[in-house]
Amino acid sequence: MVALARAGQATPDTAGASLDVEHVSHAFDIDGAVLPVLDDVSFGVKPGEFVALLGPSGCGKSTLLRLVAGLEPPRAGTLREDGEAITGPFPSRVVVFQDPTLFPWRTVWHNVALGLEAQGILKSQRHRVDAALDLVGLSGFRNAYPHQLSGGMAQRVSLARALVNDPRILVLDEPLGKLDSLTRISMQTEILSLWQRTGFTALLVTHDVEEAVFLANRVLVFSDRPARIKADIAVDRPYPRHRGDPYLADLRRNILGLLGLDATW
Amino acid sequence: MSTYSVSKAVAIAQSAEEGAALSGGSLSLPVSFPSGGIGVFASLAWVGFGVACLWWPDIGDWSRTRELAVAAFILSGAIFVITVAGSRLGRLDAGLQRRAPWLLALALFLTLWEIATAKLAWLPLPFFPPPQSVIEVYTDDLPKLLDSVFASVKLQLGGYAIGAAVGFLTGVSIGWSRGVGYWVHPVLRFIGPLPATAWLPIAFFTFPSSWSASTFLIALATGFPVTVLTWSGVASVSNAYYDVARTLGAKPSFLVLKVAIPAALPHVFVGLFMGLGSSFAVLVVAEMIGVKAGLGWYLQWAQGWAAYANMYAALIVMSLLCSGAITLLFRARDHLLVWQKGVVKW
Repeated sequence: MVALARAGQATPDTAGASLDVEHVSHAFDIDGAVLPVLDDVSFGVKPGEFVALLGPSGCGKSTLLRLVAGLEPPRAGTLREDGEAITGPFPSRVVVFQDPTLFPWRTVWHNVALGLEAQGILKSQRHRVDAALDLVGLSGFRNAYPHQLSGGMAQRVSLARALVNDPRILVLDEPLGKLDSLTRISMQTEILSLWQRTGFTALLVTHDVEEAVFLANRVLVFSDRPARIKADIAVDRPYPRHRGDPYLADLRRNILGLLGLDATW
Repeated sequence: MSTYSVSKAVAIAQSAEEGAALSGGSLSLPVSFPSGGIGVFASLAWVGFGVACLWWPDIGDWSRTRELAVAAFILSGAIFVITVAGSRLGRLDAGLQRRAPWLLALALFLTLWEIATAKLAWLPLPFFPPPQSVIEVYTDDLPKLLDSVFASVKLQLGGYAIGAAVGFLTGVSIGWSRGVGYWVHPVLRFIGPLPATAWLPIAFFTFPSSWSASTFLIALATGFPVTVLTWSGVASVSNAYYDVARTLGAKPSFLVLKVAIPAALPHVFVGLFMGLGSSFAVLVVAEMIGVKAGLGWYLQWAQGWAAYANMYAALIVMSLLCSGAITLLFRARDHLLVWQKGVVKW
């Protein structure tokens, strides 16, 4: 719970939790019709690992993240955090959504404080809010309201709001999807350095193949709906990585091929 | 920057700094007067009103004509002094300059009213009393008027507070809980749209006192819009907010108190505003019909005696009170909803 305080000296395999997805299937009822979304998905994530989930739009990756977060129970199968079944939301698994979804009636500081307040420990832990704001470089905006922030700043606040809880698994649902490409590149670097400093396990849904291979240890490629795992690719490259690395370029080409999109390479 | 501000800045301040400060008021009038032009004209217009009061003899018997003229002269002098002293008075002057066109128009209107009623009788008496007879009500009938104001405010405040509180709680409950919604929604649809005044006859004989009956009716008139808008506010809160709060460890009570209610507050204030309007209507009708006190009763009483000046006096007071109540509500809203962009200025 005090990973933020010891940020810097944390070793990347102590803070993160392992995640096991075992034969998970899920479906939605839409006007009486059953729409299968996930079909017998199984994979494991080691503590501190950074796993990217890639797949066609609408294939069910975000649904999988909702299951990991505990916002919904799966129709079949089990999800486990450190071996314990996930039955509901818990602040050790925090989601950063595509939209920052900051509460417009709260200042930046109080948005970041949300998790601690919800858990009833804000009074004694106020310094963690300040530390999280420092971490994303927004201490100067603590009293600003969300409508005064740019898209990139808002997403950094939402990152701080997640990190203040010292998540053991950080679930990133296309967090950079709506940002311009320059902000996106600098945020990728920021997420990477936060991950290296605090050592959480990261699960990232993205549509950007370059982003996936630049950030992750492993890339899981999903099929069309209902989603199955098509490929499990290790990105065997040390950090810091370089975007121009020919190894990563090859990997991108292979993955685009798996998604049937390599015609323009 | 408006022509008005420019000319004023050049004439009085003759400094760029002052000009910038004045342009902050950003008044755009299509006129270009020399320094404090409209202020001087407003001052002259009030002198004119005072003179009009004294020049002709009154055609009726009113005791406050002289006092009214003196008051007009004093006001005129004050306007003149502030205008001439200009920027040395800072905000006082800026405020006066902003209101000078209105002060001018008001003086012209009063002069016309004075001449048309008390002096040349263009408008028939007693239906159109002159300004001095309205002033006479404020000076000579003050205790009764104050009693009425006090009674009205007391009745209104009690009923409104009860209605707003009950409406808010009902709205949150319907918006939050399906079970409550199942039972309350049909009742709300059946009873809510009924104008609260339609309950008057029943209320006055079922309640132990006319005061409690009126409180009930005012609460009813307030409660319906507050309930409906609170409910729609809570129901329209985006699920994404709940998801965020839940993943951060929020319990249901937190979701209601710290997510649903703050997110619904803009709606709630629309409901409070609408409730205020309809509760004023109920207040006046209730006082006219059943309650033997308050401004509504005063109006009724004045009409019975053909005391039209008293009616105008009471109407002015009532308008100030209602407007003041709405101002207070908007202040509270601006304070609570600072996070909203572009709220309407009342």
